[in-house]
Amino acid sequence: MALPQAKDDALTARLSALALPESAGWLGAARSEARARLLAMGLPVRRDEYWRYTDPSSLVAPAAPVAVRFNPGDEPEAFDAIDRLKIVFVDGVFDADASDDLTLSGVEIERLDRAGQADIHWAQGTYGVLEARGQTPVARPFAALNSAYATDGILIRVTGRAARPVALVYVHSSETSDAILHHCVKLEAGSNLTLLESGPAAARFNKVLEVEVGDGAEFHHIRVQGRDHERRAATHLFARVGAGASFRSFTLTANGRLTRNEAVIELAGPAARAHLAGAAVGDGDFHHDDTVFVTHSAPNCESRQVFKKVLMNGATGVFQGKILVRPGAQKTDGYQISQSLLLDEDSQFLAKPELEIYADDVKCSHGSTSGAIDETALFYLQSRGLPRTVAQGLLVLAFLAEAIEEVADEAIADDIRSRLEGWLARHAAKAGK
Amino acid sequence: MTAMLETVNGTEVRDGVDRETIETVQAMAGKYKHGWETDIEMDYAPKGLSEDIVRLISAKNEEPAWLLDWRLQAYRRWVQMEEPTWAMVSYPKIDYQDQYYYAKPKSMAVKPKSLDEVDPKLLATYAKLGIPLKEQMLLAGVEGDAEPRRVAVDAVFDSVSVGTTFKAELAKAGVIFCSISEAVREYPDLVRKYIGSVVPQSDNFFATLNSAVFSDGSFVYIPKGTRCPMELSTYFRINAENTGQFERTLIIADEGSYVSYLEGCTAPKRDTHQLHAAVVELVILKDAEIKYSTVQNWYPGDEEGRGGIYNFVTKRADCRGDRAKVMWTQVETGSAITWKYPSCILRGDDSQGEFYSIAIANNAQQADTGTKMIHLGKRTKSRIVSKGISAGRAQNTYRGLVSMHPRAKDSRNYTQCDSLLIGDKCGAHTVPYIEVRNNSSRVEHEATTSKVDDDQLFYCRSRGMDEEAAVALVVNGFCKEVLQALPMEFAMEAQSLVAISLEGSVG
Repeated sequence: MALPQAKDDALTARLSALALPESAGWLGAARSEARARLLAMGLPVRRDEYWRYTDPSSLVAPAAPVAVRFNPGDEPEAFDAIDRLKIVFVDGVFDADASDDLTLSGVEIERLDRAGQADIHWAQGTYGVLEARGQTPVARPFAALNSAYATDGILIRVTGRAARPVALVYVHSSETSDAILHHCVKLEAGSNLTLLESGPAAARFNKVLEVEVGDGAEFHHIRVQGRDHERRAATHLFARVGAGASFRSFTLTANGRLTRNEAVIELAGPAARAHLAGAAVGDGDFHHDDTVFVTHSAPNCESRQVFKKVLMNGATGVFQGKILVRPGAQKTDGYQISQSLLLDEDSQFLAKPELEIYADDVKCSHGSTSGAIDETALFYLQSRGLPRTVAQGLLVLAFLAEAIEEVADEAIADDIRSRLEGWLARHAAKAGK
Repeated sequence: MTAMLETVNGTEVRDGVDRETIETVQAMAGKYKHGWETDIEMDYAPKGLSEDIVRLISAKNEEPAWLLDWRLQAYRRWVQMEEPTWAMVSYPKIDYQDQYYYAKPKSMAVKPKSLDEVDPKLLATYAKLGIPLKEQMLLAGVEGDAEPRRVAVDAVFDSVSVGTTFKAELAKAGVIFCSISEAVREYPDLVRKYIGSVVPQSDNFFATLNSAVFSDGSFVYIPKGTRCPMELSTYFRINAENTGQFERTLIIADEGSYVSYLEGCTAPKRDTHQLHAAVVELVILKDAEIKYSTVQNWYPGDEEGRGGIYNFVTKRADCRGDRAKVMWTQVETGSAITWKYPSCILRGDDSQGEFYSIAIANNAQQADTGTKMIHLGKRTKSRIVSKGISAGRAQNTYRGLVSMHPRAKDSRNYTQCDSLLIGDKCGAHTVPYIEVRNNSSRVEHEATTSKVDDDQLFYCRSRGMDEEAAVALVVNGFCKEVLQALPMEFAMEAQSLVAISLEGSVG
C-alpha cells in the first residue's frame, strides 16, 4: 500500500538532512534493513491515532529546533554519590576523556562502531532485532530511523554480576545538536546489571535502548532526563524478558519542551517480571508522553506500570498504555495505573489506558485518575501548622511515591527524591494559589 | 497450585466463576428464538444505492423538498467517505450495491387509518414476538401486576412503521409519538428544527449513509413540563432478505419534561449478513430527562459466524439545557457485529449523563461498544458502567471517551468497565480515552471489582460476608437494578440475563 503523501513528504524531508553512517558487515545489513522498514512506514503525522495527543512535527523536522542549554548549577549531577562506571556522550558523541575506562568485571562494554567492524558479534542478534519485533502491531518510525541512522552507541554484554552500575551520561552542549544514539544490552542467563542514564543529551535526542534479559537475569534501569527546558526527546526502550527474569525501569522527567518515552516490553518466558514506572513533573511549556506496550507471551508473568505526573501552568501529560495478553498466557498478573495531579486550571492530562486480553485465567486491572490536589488533605496539614506550599509539596511527593517505590536501590531512590523535592521547592511559589 | 477445573458442556470453568453464569450464556447461544420469518408480499425499491434510490425513498414517504435536498447532500458526502476501520471488528467488505434500501409490505401501500386495518399477518408477526399491537392489552409476562404498566408501541417492519398504539391518549397529554415519516408530514417545523442537530448529516460513514436512505423510525416530542403518561417503545423487525434497515429516531424532551423510551430489535435467521445502520438523536432541554433503554437482540449468526446482523449504530444525546439528564441503558446480546457508542454531550450546566451497558458476545460475535461523555457545561456529571462478557470465539471491546472541556469546571466522571471471559478462545478488550483539560474536575477510570461502592461493601463485610461474596452481591444487585428498569416486552428476556454474575472479572 502506498504511503499517505504527508508521511512520505515528512520522511523525504527528514532523510535529506541525514547521511547513512558507513558500516560494513552485520551492522551495515542491520542498518539497511531498518532503513527499509522506515521507508515502508514513513514518519508520523498528527492525524496518526498513535500520535493523537502528541504533535510529532518538531521530531520530524529536518533540523533540530534550537534549545538553549539550561544549567543553573543548583543541584549536584545525577547519581553523583553512586559508585558507577561513567560513559559520557556530548551532544550524542562519545567523549573518551570524560568517560571511565570501559572495563568492568562481569561485563563487556564496546562502542557501536567498533563492534560493527567485527565479522561476528553477539549484538547481531539484538541490534535492530528487538526494535523490528516492536514494530507490530503499531509502527514506531523514530525507532526504525534510529536503527538505520544512529551515529554512536554502547553495546553491553553482561555475563555475571556487574561489579557496579554502568552510567550513561548525556551532556548537552550545542544549541542545535541533533543526537541519535543506539544502545544494546544483553544479560546472559542469571546475570545482573544496573544501568543509569542521565542528562538532556542534545537539543533533540532520539535514543533506542534494546535489552535482552536472559533467563533468571535481573536488569535494573533508572533514568533521569535532564532539566533543560527546551530540549526535545523521543526515546524507545525495547526489552525481551526471559523465563524467571526480572526487568525494572524507572524514569524521572523534569522539564523539557517535548518528551516521548516509548517502552515496548515482551514477557517472553514463563514467570518473567517487568515493572515500569515514571514520575514526571512539568511547569509551563512541557509536554510529556509515556507510551507503553507490554505483551504477555508466556504464562505466570507479572507486569506493573505505574506512571504519575504533576502538571502546572499549562503543562500537558499524556499516557498511552497497553497490556496485551496473548492466547495461552494464563495466570497473567497485569497492573497498570496512570495518574495525574493538575496543580492549576491550565494543565491537562490525556490518557488511553488499553487492555487486550485473549486468555481467560488472568488478573488484569488498570486505573486512571486525574484531578486537583485534595483540599481536605491540604487543609489538614495546614491546620497542623505547615505552610501551604510545604503542605502541597508533601502531598505531591506522596502522590509520586508509588512510582519511586519501583527504584530498588535506596541510595538511588534518595537521589531521585531529593531531586524532586528541589524541583518542587523551586516551583512551589508559582504553584501556590 | 493447580486450579480445580470442572467442565460445563465442554468448557473448562476456572475458580471463582459462577456455573450458572456459564450455563446461562451457553443457553443463549444457538437458540435464537426470533429466527423465523413472515411470508408476506413486499414492495422493494430496486437493489443498489444511487441518487435515484434516495429520490425514490423520499418520494415514497411523500417528503418535502428540503428533506430530499438534505438526503441528497448526505448521499453525495457519503460517496466520498471511507468506511471506518478503527474498531476491533473484522468482516468481509460490504457490497453496498447488493442491498435493498427500501422494502415495504404490499398491504401497506394504502396507509391503514387505524390498527384495525393493518394486515393481520403483520399483527400476527408482532404477536408472535410477544408485542401486542392492541391497546389495553397486558404485556406478556407481567400479568398479575397490581397496576399493569402500559406501553405505547411503534412497530417498524423493514422500512416502514406499521402502526403506533395509544396515539389518542398520548395526544391528550400533548405528547407526539409517531413514525418519523408521519412527523415529517404532520410536524415539519419540529422535524426540520431538530433533525441532524445532534448527529449531523455527515457525522460518520454509517450515519451519513443513514441520513441519505433512512426510511422510517420513531419521532417523539414531549412538551414543556409534561411527564409522559406511559412508556414509549419502538420495536424493530427486519424481515425481508438482503434488506438493510436504516431507521432514524428523534426524541425531543422540552423543558422540564420526562420520558422513558424503550427499543427492541429482532431479525430472522439467514446465512447472509444484513446491514442495520440506525441513527438516534435525543434532544434534552432545560430540566428535562430522557431514559433510553435498548435490548438489542438482532440475529447473531450461527456458531460458525454465518449470517447475522451488522449493527452499525450512531446514538447521541444532547443535554442542551441546564440540569438536563439522560440515561442510556443497553443490553447487547445479538448481532454478528455491534459497532455502537451511545454518547452524551453535556452542554448545559449541571447536566448529567449515564451509561449502563451489558454486552454479551458469544460464538463468532464481535462487539465494539461503549460511550462518549463530552463535558462542556459546569458541574456536569457522568457515570459509565460497562460489563462485557465474551464466550466461544467472540471478541468484546469497550471503547469510550471521557472529555472534560476547559470550561467544564467542577465536573465529575466515574467509569467502571469489567469483562468476563468464558473459555480460552475469546477476547476482552478495553480502549478508554480520557481527556482532562481542567483541574477542578475529577475523572476516575477503574477496572477492578474491588472498587464498587465502599460503603456498601463495608456494610456487607460488617455482616460477616467475605470480600468476594460482598462484591458479587453488590455487582449483582446493580445489574438487577439496571435490568429490572426495563419494564417491557423484553422484561422476560432481560430477566434471564440477571442470573449472570460477574465473578472472576478482569479489567
